[in-house]
Amino acid sequence: MSSKPARADVVIIGAGHNGLAMSHELGRRGIHHVVLERGEVANAWRTERWDSLRLLTPNWMCRLPGHSYQGSDPDGYLRAGEVADFVCDYARRLAAPVLTHTPVTRVAAGEGGYRVSTSHGDWLCRAVVLASGAFSKPIIPRIAEGVPPGVAQVSAHDYRNPQQLCAGAVLVVGGSATGVQLAQEIQRSGRQVTIAVGEHVRMPRVYRGRDIQWWMFAAGLLDQRIEQLDDPARARRVPSPQLAGTPERAALDLNALRAEGIEVVGRLAGIRDGKAQFSGSLRNVCALADLKMNRLLDAIDLWIEQNEPAGEVGPAERHAPTDVGASPRLGLTLGHDVRTVVWATGFRPDLSWLDLPVFDAKGALKHDRGVVDAPGLYVLGLPYLRRRKSSFMHGAEDDVRELGVHLAAHLQRTARRVTSAASRCLPIDCSNDEITRPHTA
Amino acid sequence: MTTTTKTAENGVNVAALLGAREALTATPAAAQFKWRATSEWLRGTHSRHSVNGFFGLGGEQKHRQTFQFESDHPEIFASPDNGATPVEYVLVGLAGCLTAGIAAVAQNRNIQLKSVKATLEAGMDIQGILGIDEQVRNGFDGIKVHYEIDADATPEQIAALVAQSQKRSAVFDILTNPTDVTVTTRKA
Repeated sequence: MSSKPARADVVIIGAGHNGLAMSHELGRRGIHHVVLERGEVANAWRTERWDSLRLLTPNWMCRLPGHSYQGSDPDGYLRAGEVADFVCDYARRLAAPVLTHTPVTRVAAGEGGYRVSTSHGDWLCRAVVLASGAFSKPIIPRIAEGVPPGVAQVSAHDYRNPQQLCAGAVLVVGGSATGVQLAQEIQRSGRQVTIAVGEHVRMPRVYRGRDIQWWMFAAGLLDQRIEQLDDPARARRVPSPQLAGTPERAALDLNALRAEGIEVVGRLAGIRDGKAQFSGSLRNVCALADLKMNRLLDAIDLWIEQNEPAGEVGPAERHAPTDVGASPRLGLTLGHDVRTVVWATGFRPDLSWLDLPVFDAKGALKHDRGVVDAPGLYVLGLPYLRRRKSSFMHGAEDDVRELGVHLAAHLQRTARRVTSAASRCLPIDCSNDEITRPHTA
Repeated sequence: MTTTTKTAENGVNVAALLGAREALTATPAAAQFKWRATSEWLRGTHSRHSVNGFFGLGGEQKHRQTFQFESDHPEIFASPDNGATPVEYVLVGLAGCLTAGIAAVAQNRNIQLKSVKATLEAGMDIQGILGIDEQVRNGFDGIKVHYEIDADATPEQIAALVAQSQKRSAVFDILTNPTDVTVTTRKA
């Protein structure tokens, strides 16, 4: 099969909120582009998340360039399907040039820049924006190989609800937002849950009468830039906070889980002869999390004192230290004590189709705040890409604006003939009609 | 009143440590170390151990001198008590590691330490090592470490020093996480 490649100045890979926000930015600048989407718009929100998942940020924070939440519950939290609807509305509103059901199979160097291969033919372009998501693949630690046959395993990527699990006790590995949320709902389904917890981020849902995200937003913490940090690599590894976006706005820390009968143990350190071994470091990781939470609350208290925000503000409060019990368990026999292991051990991007020398020795994408180590290649949506809010929906706006400046300058530098580039520009509102699929001969 | 920024002096060369961290990030092979000890039985439960050479930064390294340690068991175990018991060396190793970490973290955070004193206690049911009860493990059933620290810092900052030191401690990790141990033998 041979095909004549189609051309665009920029190919955006992924029609989630980041890809669409970049489409908006490029449209605003009159830059000709196409958005390639493997499935439907907001595909991961629609098909790759567990049933009960809600955003960790309140609805008033659901904001994209030119689009914001207009519903009646600004303090609530969108469900995954509602996020998908919100993003689809955005795509319609922009009339974004999206080609759905067009999975990218390879991105390599090509004439004038890059060749983007898809299941429907190739595109030649001068710049590529990677917006396929930071949470595409589950990270499963290698010790999973030691789980004996007969013990079921499911990743947070494949988990949907407790009904898909067999009866019997469950070990949830991981104490970030995912782990604590799944532990709670599985325990409530009548299965005894043990949660293995390493370093984690503890945060109250509500502080002094307002959502913790309200304070972090108002105090400028979400705007903190990666280049201002002492240890940017570490900041990018910080797991998601122990929060859930439930209507009750209840705290979901380890004390809350223990109160529901969930057993809290240390990090899963190894599996030997079918026995899961838990680290004796639980007390310390809890002490670290308590200290960090209190530093955050101190910073909020100070900000309140200095800024005297309008409206009612509750009294300062401090939460009980994490109680791990007298002697946390150090081992469990898989099979006997545990029927199912749920891996809530993180997610990573899937860039397996990116055939360019842009990965470091550990397989991570090499980039400087979203500018990838290859001219004209950009990435969006990774944790702390440019700011703390980069992986939040409302973080896309600043990132696409700044990377848009860089991208436009790149196009200008590499423009061979200004006239030909101008002739290919689209008006601000890009229309689907102007995008044609590559012709397959 | 003028404020001056004093630099803490805890005797830790933080610049060298941070430099090493940067250099070893670029050359992970040089970060591969081998720690070694030799040991010889003397009589009864009394042995003598020494450390000197180790491997690191891509080559063989040496301590400034050979350090020797004697281990034995106390008289209530019907031993002559010529040295600390091996399990006490484990506590010493933990204290040495955590306290060094506290000094390094304090230096990095510009906190002047005045005194750092640790007390360690480990529980053990010796029915395990005596083979009286199969359900009882040989080793510690837990370790308690208590620090008394005087420093130019708030109690929260001091607690954070100790927590960060545990997070970065080799011996804390060795004791809290399983380690694969291989013991081989040859007739001499």
